Amino acid sequence: MNGVTAGRSSHPPPEAGAPNGAPLLALRDITKRFPGVLANDRVTLEVRAGEVHALLGENGAGKTTLVNVLYGLYQPDAGEIVVDGRRVRIRSPRDAIACGIGMVPQHFLLVRRHTVAENIALGLPQEGLLRPARRVERRIVEFATRYGLTADPGARIWELSPSEHQRVEILKALIRGARILVLDEPTSVLAPQEVSGLFDVLRRMKGDGHAVIFITHKLDEVGAIADRVTVLRRGRVVATVPAADVDRRALVQMMVGRDVESTLPRARAAAAGEALAAEALEADNDRGAPALRGLTLAVRRGEIVGLAGIAGNGQRELVEVLTGLRRAVRGRVRVLGRDVTNRTAAAICDAGVAHIPEDRVHMGVVATMTVAENLVLRRYRHPPFARGPLLDYDAIMRFAREMIAAYEIATPAATTPVRLLSGGNIQRLILARELAARPGVIIAAHPTSGLDVSATEHIHRLLLRRREEGAGVLLVSEDLDEVLALADRVAVIFRGRIADVLPVGDATPERIGLLMTGQAA
Amino acid sequence: MEEGNWILATVIRAVALGTPILWGTLGEITAERSGVINLGVEGMMILGALAAFVVAHLTGQPTAGLVVAAAVGGAAALLHAFISITLRANQYVSGLALTMFGLGLAGLLGRGWEGRPLLDTLPEISALTYAGLGVAVALWVVFYHTRWGIVLRSVGEMPAAADALGVNVALVRYLAVAFGGVMAGAAGAFLSLAYRPAWTEGMTAGMGWIVIAIAIFAAWDPLRAVAGALLFGALFHLSFRLQAWVAPELLKMMPFAFTILALAATAGGRRGLGAPEALGTPYVTGER
Ligand SMILES: Nc1ncnc2c1ncn2[C@@H]1O[C@H](COP(=O)(O)OP(=O)(O)O)[C@@H](O)[C@H]1O
Ligand SMILES: [Mg+2]
Repeated sequence: MNGVTAGRSSHPPPEAGAPNGAPLLALRDITKRFPGVLANDRVTLEVRAGEVHALLGENGAGKTTLVNVLYGLYQPDAGEIVVDGRRVRIRSPRDAIACGIGMVPQHFLLVRRHTVAENIALGLPQEGLLRPARRVERRIVEFATRYGLTADPGARIWELSPSEHQRVEILKALIRGARILVLDEPTSVLAPQEVSGLFDVLRRMKGDGHAVIFITHKLDEVGAIADRVTVLRRGRVVATVPAADVDRRALVQMMVGRDVESTLPRARAAAAGEALAAEALEADNDRGAPALRGLTLAVRRGEIVGLAGIAGNGQRELVEVLTGLRRAVRGRVRVLGRDVTNRTAAAICDAGVAHIPEDRVHMGVVATMTVAENLVLRRYRHPPFARGPLLDYDAIMRFAREMIAAYEIATPAATTPVRLLSGGNIQRLILARELAARPGVIIAAHPTSGLDVSATEHIHRLLLRRREEGAGVLLVSEDLDEVLALADRVAVIFRGRIADVLPVGDATPERIGLLMTGQAA
Repeated sequence: MEEGNWILATVIRAVALGTPILWGTLGEITAERSGVINLGVEGMMILGALAAFVVAHLTGQPTAGLVVAAAVGGAAALLHAFISITLRANQYVSGLALTMFGLGLAGLLGRGWEGRPLLDTLPEISALTYAGLGVAVALWVVFYHTRWGIVLRSVGEMPAAADALGVNVALVRYLAVAFGGVMAGAAGAFLSLAYRPAWTEGMTAGMGWIVIAIAIFAAWDPLRAVAGALLFGALFHLSFRLQAWVAPELLKMMPFAFTILALAATAGGRRGLGAPEALGTPYVTGER
């Protein structure tokens, strides 16, 4: 191991929040260009030992690109990296690891079929050839207790939850001796109560003299954990400031480049007539156990019903039954007065239901196809996009350009493959496609999860506008603030049933919290 | 007694025919565990068979024939590796091309060698069978109880994870594919030096395809490959044995018909039986 690690036990940990001395890591004037975008434009970032340094920016600001450069996954077009005062060239992750850099990527890189120990042993050549998984088990337990990262070395990755995956990724980096740890949007996969657990881990690492780069687009997290914060906007550094010196508003200003209105304009609800109804629905989950147990819920035209609840109480199954992706064992589904129980997804879509799915990358788009093609996925079979058996690409491109402008989809071109877009822009694309057909019913599952401030605001406005135009919206969200800000009525789901439906005026977080946990009748 | 001898002889021949199938399968399993499918087994085997025969004939050294055959198989596999790993071409097309190329080239170069007797053969078939079993056990240990095994399997399951930990994905894949070629070449040598010491065009008779099928329904496990290889050795042999009673065309189909049945039975519905997740997909650093 390296000198810093060895010195850990003999030196007292540096005072939290007041790290001093030369930076452990410096990125100087990093520039990285992709076809059509300047993802990093002369970015300079200095990180000290014993600090949590937040990297804040909207989606597409270039945060992931910057740390991928640091980790050797991308080669910068210009700029230099200095570790411990020495200039280094990082050509591959191997070089990065040798410099003491570890990364917990946004999308975890774990072998699903292997055990925790095998995944960790993969990165430890020094453990010897024979039975490496056995040998690392002891070290896993040792590091796990030191940093409060409980993990079962023998468990297989596919058996674990996202937060456990994250712990394995952190362990992987720490056991390899990383002094500089990069976490790319680590809280996006965590439930609110799990976030504080992660922060405890980061504080212990900081106390041990590690440097932590913490990527986020959530403002509250900056104040909660960071010592300093660097704000990126459109590939450029806006500023680096001590986290204690800035408030929320100033951060938004830096991140978005303008003030964002925090109150949404909302006309009075004019709900009339039934848009969507579920009656006594029963359905099973993937493992064949009952997930919906006689669920009844109605959404009227011109209203938003928010569905609140703790994950795993049947939200996903409900959305799937309503959109034709899962069979209802019993019960009925009605859309705009027509019975569509157990009809195909295509039939339900034609009946006027728009679906904004939970997993936007895998279910919402075909990532390898272009923006234009994805925009007509719902309607390519009909004129004006189809002429007999052929597609009219002129019409498709015209429509795509209209949608890109109207929904502010940031893409180099209409012919760019969707996989190159950021999450917020993929979501805008999905909304453009789903809402352009003016559906009478919108089922939106976690529409803003993982999105930045301006994308979230944009999507909220779109949903409200459709509601004013008379659509019935079912909004499934784990973000209670979002539900309370948008919904006219709040339905709380608990163990496959609706525990209660409250008008938003009566829906206090306390009351909803009790219903969510099954403590109120 | 007559009958007893017949059964014993059948078993011995079945084990003998199972041996090259086993060698080929172990090689293919290793390659596929790294994420590269190589449909060129048939081509590598036939090239190995011809090379072994020619070298043994010229030098009088069957062992030299075996070594050269292994080298030829490895070289042919490197061609596939270059095309599918470095150039990232479609693995299935490249492998098929290798089979066609191997069969064609061996047919062409082998013209003058057909019908010549081979005096110095590999005598001890059983020793070669045991060697195959030894390799199977060794591979099982390597796959599941060594660091190399973790690296190999991770590269085949999720190359991005291995890459992020500093593993050279391309190198691992090259080595695994080359090992597959070496084993296939050696399997070919077995056919032309030991099983039926002679050179005939097309003498591998579709064995390379059986190998690919066994890799699948052995669920990429070297020990299960042993059972599969013996079973198919028996089927292959029976198809020769029963020629007096059943139409030869039907018999020739038997191992392949059985392959289809076995694959259908082990497909395991939607999820399959655990093929390496990245099997057949080229890896590009940082691709999303
Ligand atoms: N591999 C890539 N190829 C092309 N463009 C990319 C690639 N990776 C990122 N980009 C683009 O670079 C910009 C910055 O992206 P990213 O670094 O992922 O942002 P962030 O992590 O801050 O959300 C975006 O416009 C994105 O579309
Ligand atoms: Mg990112």
